[in-house]
Amino acid sequence: MSKGKFGIYGGQFIPETLMNAVNELETAYNHFKNDKQFNDELKYLLNEYAGRPSRLYFAKNATEKLGGAKIYLKREDLNHTGSHKINNVLGQTLLAKKMHKTRIIAETGAGQHGVAAATAAALFNMECEVFMGQKDIQRQALNVFRMQLLGAKVNFVKTGTKTLKDAVNQTMREWSSRIDDTFYVLGSAMGPYPYPEIVRDFQSIISKEIKEQLFEKESKLPSVVIACVGGGSNSIGAFYNFINDKKVKLIGCEAAGKGVDTPKTAATIARGRVGIFHGTKSYFCQTKNGQIAPAYSISAGLDYPGIGPEHAYLHETKRVEYISVTDKEAVESFEFLSKTEGIIPAIESAHAMYYAMQLAPKMSKDEIIVVCISGRGDKDVTMIADYKADYKDLQ
Amino acid sequence: MNRITEIFKNNKALITYLTAGDPDILKTEKYILAMAKNGADLIEIGIPFSDPVAEGETIQNAMKRALSKNINLDDIFGAAVNVRKKSDIPLVFMTYLNPMFFYGYDNFFRRCREVGIDGIIVPDMPFEEQEEIKCFTEKYAVTIVTLIAPTSKERISVLAKQAQGFVYLVSSLGVTGVRNKITTNIKYLVAEIKKVTDAAVAVGFGISNTSQVKEITKYADGIIIGSAVVKIIEQYKDNAAAKLADYTSEIKKAMHKSNL
Repeated sequence: MSKGKFGIYGGQFIPETLMNAVNELETAYNHFKNDKQFNDELKYLLNEYAGRPSRLYFAKNATEKLGGAKIYLKREDLNHTGSHKINNVLGQTLLAKKMHKTRIIAETGAGQHGVAAATAAALFNMECEVFMGQKDIQRQALNVFRMQLLGAKVNFVKTGTKTLKDAVNQTMREWSSRIDDTFYVLGSAMGPYPYPEIVRDFQSIISKEIKEQLFEKESKLPSVVIACVGGGSNSIGAFYNFINDKKVKLIGCEAAGKGVDTPKTAATIARGRVGIFHGTKSYFCQTKNGQIAPAYSISAGLDYPGIGPEHAYLHETKRVEYISVTDKEAVESFEFLSKTEGIIPAIESAHAMYYAMQLAPKMSKDEIIVVCISGRGDKDVTMIADYKADYKDLQ
Repeated sequence: MNRITEIFKNNKALITYLTAGDPDILKTEKYILAMAKNGADLIEIGIPFSDPVAEGETIQNAMKRALSKNINLDDIFGAAVNVRKKSDIPLVFMTYLNPMFFYGYDNFFRRCREVGIDGIIVPDMPFEEQEEIKCFTEKYAVTIVTLIAPTSKERISVLAKQAQGFVYLVSSLGVTGVRNKITTNIKYLVAEIKKVTDAAVAVGFGISNTSQVKEITKYADGIIIGSAVVKIIEQYKDNAAAKLADYTSEIKKAMHKSNL
């Protein structure tokens, strides 16, 4: 029987070679997620090592400038390694250790998940190999050096579109060739069951904290929570504990790239259709022959032609609204947040911030928007400079 | 009963694979017939997919070459129609789920039936997900080939029990591709499978030369050769027919010898 479905989405569409590995993972996860010692250890690591809880910061300057709803920023960029990715990686790597695995492998797009995996491997004294597309290696060179410094081997993926999609392919191939000692630390809320659930659970600490922190500051729920969506890990984390609070509007921002009506886009909900890929049934950008279409975004972390299966379900049931933000708009909000608040967000998170900038002025002053700043933008600074130079040339 | 099970009756079966549309679809027809005439008992036709996660570089590149010429499913069904005019050899599609899902399962399997495709191998569809296509394969009498891997362990009996056509035993961990050495205990795995099923067992992944073929056919009912065939096509492109014929008959001869 098929397992791990969100409505019609999800499942385990993987080669037979990997089936026992995902079944073992499911058994181990179901055991350890209720294990007090495991949860105590994870909490210790998240707090003492990664620096949780992350701050919920009232962005006073941005709020005043936009003149509407109050804007709060969930500062996942302040976590150790600079993004939300560490939440899931510490959970999965601790699980790997409990399963007596000695080696972890991971895919990475922007490099944030790879850096988090390399960090956890160093901490737990495990071997680590990261797979990263050649194109992403060029645009995120800083993160490649970080991973290598942390002791990980970075494998350059030169097949296909040379981005996140192909990095996932290669990591799955690697896993199927070496299973016994190896744990695949998957970074996004996608892949075969139980990964979408594991990643969501480990990232759901984001919405748990938002709820508690906002209650302390404002004694109420937010009106809107906004997060960027590639595969969808920070967003599912930021949404999860609000799904049953029907009054809280949840908005996922996809990367439109050069525009949803151009082929240069990664906006899966806007442009994709239902398909089966990377172990799951969900929405994927596809060609007219059912091939997976190359995605494009300025942001390597959102440059993925699919979206996690739980997001597909939340879209279908209309619980979450998915909108798209172009490269140009993301760069605009990247600069806005840097200049207004002294916070340089990841270009991924800037997609979410842009929509907050559009929404806030239309809302009343007693309403609250929470934006998940999923990562910090140091990695993007040179790329944004290049983008601006190119853009100037065009004009 | 059906064309697939027939091939194992009095014979160790040779199954060869090629990727549809590499180097082009007309050559695919020609190469299928060349192998069929020279000892292949069943042909596995790969439907190109942009992201074949179970394939090694050789087949990945073949699929890329085919896709660069905009090959689509209707072209491939057309090729099968032409092959059927000249040969009764069993034909099995190897395809990832997405191209079929996109085409529409009902449409896809109806066309399979119409053009005489006997079975299907789906590398990204484990037993647990067969419900995805099962009502269509039953409706149109297309056999789902069961894949069993060295890592299947206690799953072997469950998988083998429901096997139709034949069991595709994956010889090695990892992806498709020519290997110098196969380290899995094939003899043991075949015996485990045979405990619960009468279905034939064919071994694939990594097999390319006559000594491997001789060794494996001691235990198995058939062998599957993919990447080695694709490499010949990659090397000789439009002029691979004679080379494929030679290679197929050489392998087939080695299989006969091991039977003696």
